[in-house]
Amino acid sequence: MSSGEATPHQARRPEDIKAVPVRRPGRWIVAAIVLVVAIAIVRSVATNPNFQWGVVGEYLFDGRILHGLRVTIELTAIAMGIGVVLGVLLAIMRLSPNWLVSSASSFYIWFFRGTPVLVQLLFWYNIAALYPKIALGVPFGPAFVHADANTLITPFTAAILGLGLNEGAYMAEIVRAGIISVDAGQSDAAQSLGMTRLQTLRRIVLPQAMRVIIPPTGNETISMLKTSSLASVIVVTELLYAAQLIYSVNFKTIPLLIVASVWYIVCTSVLYVGQHYLERHYGRGAAREQTATLSGRVLRGVLSFRRSGEHLRPGGGEHR
Amino acid sequence: MVNAEAVRKRFGRLEVLKGITLDVRAGEVLCLLGPSGSGKSTFLRCINHLEKIDSGRLSVDGELVGYREDGGRLHELRERDVARKRAEIGMLFQHFNLFPHMTTLENVTCAPIRVKHEGREQARDRALELLARVGLPDKVDAYPAQLSGGQQQRVAIARALAMQPKLMLFDEPTSALDPELVGDVLAAMKQLAREGMTMIVVTHEMGFAREVADTVAFMDAGVVVESGAPADVLENPREERTRSFLSKVL
Repeated sequence: MSSGEATPHQARRPEDIKAVPVRRPGRWIVAAIVLVVAIAIVRSVATNPNFQWGVVGEYLFDGRILHGLRVTIELTAIAMGIGVVLGVLLAIMRLSPNWLVSSASSFYIWFFRGTPVLVQLLFWYNIAALYPKIALGVPFGPAFVHADANTLITPFTAAILGLGLNEGAYMAEIVRAGIISVDAGQSDAAQSLGMTRLQTLRRIVLPQAMRVIIPPTGNETISMLKTSSLASVIVVTELLYAAQLIYSVNFKTIPLLIVASVWYIVCTSVLYVGQHYLERHYGRGAAREQTATLSGRVLRGVLSFRRSGEHLRPGGGEHR
Repeated sequence: MVNAEAVRKRFGRLEVLKGITLDVRAGEVLCLLGPSGSGKSTFLRCINHLEKIDSGRLSVDGELVGYREDGGRLHELRERDVARKRAEIGMLFQHFNLFPHMTTLENVTCAPIRVKHEGREQARDRALELLARVGLPDKVDAYPAQLSGGQQQRVAIARALAMQPKLMLFDEPTSALDPELVGDVLAAMKQLAREGMTMIVVTHEMGFAREVADTVAFMDAGVVVESGAPADVLENPREERTRSFLSKVL
């Protein structure tokens, strides 16, 4: 135990420990049960004729479905774009020293988070009932451009407005959390170098806030992809509505719902991978080593099942 | 270079500076000593307007900090003008505050490029020269998290010097360092003092104060208790409060 005894060890490198691992019968029993249940489910799904896998394959690449898929992706992308831009603006407004500006942001967030997005979608769809004419001009003064609300607000624009404006409220809170998470010393340092508040925000604070902002934003995007199916109630032919239109004619309800689900899962999986690489990009400088690539992590995760109870931890990286 | 006259600063009900009067001439090194909570750091932050003073007058290089005098009235400076003046004053922090998402080189070139609109080449050349001067020529592409505390603080010195400041403020630059790393940072600061930089240093390093400072000021509870040449204040303090503080730290 004393340091004097350590010297003979230093002469030659000690061998790695090779020990018989502890038997864990409980773990093996649970694994066996899981395996049996999984096989049962897969077998039932594969052999139950009511799933009509043939019909699923038939419609998977149907033109109407693919068009719906495109609309879903467009809706998600544009609504998230609006949400992110609006979220950053609202977050900055909310942190403004001006009372009126920060209250306006708080009010917006309170209002849009407080009402169901489905109700908001229906409101935008029926906006013509509230404002038959939409005009652009000086407030309380002359207008420059007139438009009929019914022609301006198509179902698609109504869906974008409803989803995007609602998303802005959620993104605002995510961005604000990110900004607050950056140490105040960073702003001090940036300002002492002569940066203005805006430069400090753009060059120093926001890039660091991204590490906190991206994981929940990935969640929001995945969630948006699925929430966009609500637009089916205001006759936007997105993925779900496209499937509904087909099965309302041929009554192959289940296979077409499976077709829609398959595409939703494909899209969310792509988003998941994209989020991983985005996190890695903004995590630079935060950890001593770069996080492993996704494929490497999955491989290690599979291997570690055999070794021990190591868990896959999403978005690692130690903070200073 | 820096003139403070009866500077007062309150945080809510707590008055942290109760009338500070100090003068620092160009090329002089002033060390501020004193127990924590005595207002040393706050005073330093007032000098580059990271904190607003409540009364008194504070000027750097003959110009008021944060205000402009016009027709006998004070006008607040616009943010851009405040930033422009801050750019002429370098500041070091206890916790370095390097930008963790940038490499060492980017940390040093960031402000010259964004604030002074220097060319990338020019900023890069000077950054490399400064990093060599603080003894880190091989850490150009490292991220702050890959550096030791002492190395980070020396990068911070290079980052501040890249703006070619006329005054440097040091807020306990060695307090967060392991004892064996303190020496490197102090050496870089000594070199800076020898080159004639005007410096105000908040520190607990008595050895540094004795060796480098032209003036030492001892602060307690928001006032300057006594100030003078380091030999006088550190060896033969006049005030009882100074004596009891020094007996604890020396």
